[in-house]
Amino acid sequence: MEMVTVTIDGVETQVPSDYTVLKAAQKAGVHIPTLCYLKDINQIGACRVCLVEIDRARGLQASCVYPVSEGLKIHTHTPAVLEARKAVVELLLSNHPQDCLTCIRNTTCELQALAQQMGIDHVRFTGERKEYPIDFSSPSVQRDASKCILCRRCVAVCNQVQNVGVLGLINRGFESIVGPAFHRGLGEVNCTNCGQCINVCPVGALKEVDHTERVWKALADPSKHVIVQTAPSIRAGLGEEFGLPIGTPVTGKMVAALRRLGFAKVFDTDFTADLTIMEEGNELLHRIGTGGKLPLITSCSPGWVKFCEHNYPDFIENLSSAKSPQAMFGALAKTYYAENNNIDPATIYSVSAMPCTAKKFECARPEMEASGYPDVDAVITTRELARMIKKAGIDFLNLPDEDFDKSMGASTGAGVIFGATGGVMEAALRTVYEVISGETLQNVEFNAVRGMEGIKEAAVNIPGFGEVRVAVAHGLQNAADLLDRIRSGEGDYHFIEIMACPGGCVGGGGQPIVSGPMRLTLPEDYQALRHKAIYTVDRDKTLRKSHENPEVIEIYEKYLGKPLGEKSHHLLHTKYTKRPKYSVEIPDQPEK
Amino acid sequence: MSCQCGSASKDERFVKIDQILDQNGRDESFLIQNLEQIQHILGYLPEDVQAYLAEAMGIPLSKVYGVVTFYSLFTTEPIGKHKISICLGTACYVKGAGEILAEFEKQLKIKVGETTPDGRFTLTACRCLGACGLAPVLNVNGKVFGRLTTDDIAGILAQFE
Repeated sequence: MEMVTVTIDGVETQVPSDYTVLKAAQKAGVHIPTLCYLKDINQIGACRVCLVEIDRARGLQASCVYPVSEGLKIHTHTPAVLEARKAVVELLLSNHPQDCLTCIRNTTCELQALAQQMGIDHVRFTGERKEYPIDFSSPSVQRDASKCILCRRCVAVCNQVQNVGVLGLINRGFESIVGPAFHRGLGEVNCTNCGQCINVCPVGALKEVDHTERVWKALADPSKHVIVQTAPSIRAGLGEEFGLPIGTPVTGKMVAALRRLGFAKVFDTDFTADLTIMEEGNELLHRIGTGGKLPLITSCSPGWVKFCEHNYPDFIENLSSAKSPQAMFGALAKTYYAENNNIDPATIYSVSAMPCTAKKFECARPEMEASGYPDVDAVITTRELARMIKKAGIDFLNLPDEDFDKSMGASTGAGVIFGATGGVMEAALRTVYEVISGETLQNVEFNAVRGMEGIKEAAVNIPGFGEVRVAVAHGLQNAADLLDRIRSGEGDYHFIEIMACPGGCVGGGGQPIVSGPMRLTLPEDYQALRHKAIYTVDRDKTLRKSHENPEVIEIYEKYLGKPLGEKSHHLLHTKYTKRPKYSVEIPDQPEK
Repeated sequence: MSCQCGSASKDERFVKIDQILDQNGRDESFLIQNLEQIQHILGYLPEDVQAYLAEAMGIPLSKVYGVVTFYSLFTTEPIGKHKISICLGTACYVKGAGEILAEFEKQLKIKVGETTPDGRFTLTACRCLGACGLAPVLNVNGKVFGRLTTDDIAGILAQFE
């Protein structure tokens, strides 16, 4: 890339010619404040918080969309710039509830941080304020448009990254509001519950539907046996809520904290991730062997499953009938675990800690009552778990490392990597390779399916079978692109992994929020940093293949029989339903 | 029994929409043009029409609805036989357009943006008809009335059956 010389606040610096002024300043060590700007996702120059003065340019310019050029002279903190930025934030505050003390984003709100940075000690402007009812219709995402500052970061992520497009800008001027078409609730449209909108919201307009209250209540109820399962990605993200750098694994402290919160047993979703590989891997072999529907597509990600049901119903038969690890765990907790330990399943309260808001929807799907009870009673996100730990006054950083409880707590590296895009595929390949070939896999790391590339493809040669062709997509736009490719006859695969969230579950809608300014300073994508935690845990495991998990071997011997067997079929498999794409009925389009 | 699928049983409105789309194109850049022509035929843009258009053009429904609600040209409610557009631009407003609007609301017993129950009148507000010299000014079905006072209103309404 060609370099240009620009002067920022009197200091000359060389930057690539495709940089914006904002990026150039960042490189020169000047942090220009931003609000609507979100690296790689939203660059629209709408909020005017990043204004700067540029010699020979008319008026002040939004640095997030202003391209650099040779000789450009930029001033980032002249009195005019500082006064304009302050006025912009003051105007935003004039139409904002300012109920910071009781807001979920208190101390993590980007608007609050800007107000503080700009030294706003009172709100000069008072006037009409927009008030809207809170949208409680979704099982996963709660939307309070009164707090919305119209930055459109959620609109950008919902449309461009996720290709879901339920959030849009309605009306104009002071009447503008972000929401689904016809002012419907998020629970009434084809929202996938992925929660990516929450992860990008700078304020408290979007948050997860809270399940912590019901968990506290269960923990305080002596008649309840309260158990918890933790998804692979919690250990890769939870530390951030306590100030640890992104990508620090905290498995042992997480287990210790859950015990101290009062859970009777702390189990690992990684155990049922290994079990998922056994069921799904065998389903793949069965489909290949019997000429069944291919490609087989993973179904662990409830955001992806719902996206498929709404938008790609012609692929429903391709979805693996294997339940997600959360759902498998739920079904087994109130059957296998209850029977083994002589506990009345009616008294078991099963909580799952998930990086995912869509899991709140998944556990409420009608088919998730295989045990005769609700398989999972409450789903808390990583953020909610952190709030509980803080509320209980647990000194997280100084906790000892503890181990999961036995019988549903053992896991392999294969179960852990479910948290990263490509992980389910890699875990499946580790097992399928050995099952088909009867040989020991020497190198268990399949680098072709790792990393942040949107769509990854690989062909794995398995002795005794031949080439297994696989593909991996993460983020629903990439998923849609891959499915469109298959629809048009391109791409011939046996097995596909799809995760709704960019980066896979580590980037889930329930994970710690990485602010806009923070994203600008990171050396790489935050999801990629969390992957490192996941792959470190995998590398440190003695057992790295699902079929070697001793508790998985035990559950098949003592309880389930064999993969895809009758008991498995009843407890561990499910089906999917076509769902409408629109909230109103429309006729078919004419044939092309 | 004969087949119930296909265009034979398709709602007349959607057949017309298909024709408009065939003529103009289904690319996203034709959204406003398509909306305008569909509204011209149907009189308004109901929910199922917006959803059908979103599907036909391959764009999110939220985007179609966003455009429909952004431009005052578009309406999502059926409009009356006669459409009254009162200018609330700066010049008209200073000259008393607010009182004119209030008088229409009083006499028609509806609020701005609504249609009389008999379907005779729809009352809307607009921004500057470009005839500020005639302020306060309004337009009924394209016919312009200027230099209005509240006493003129009953007479204007009487001209439109």
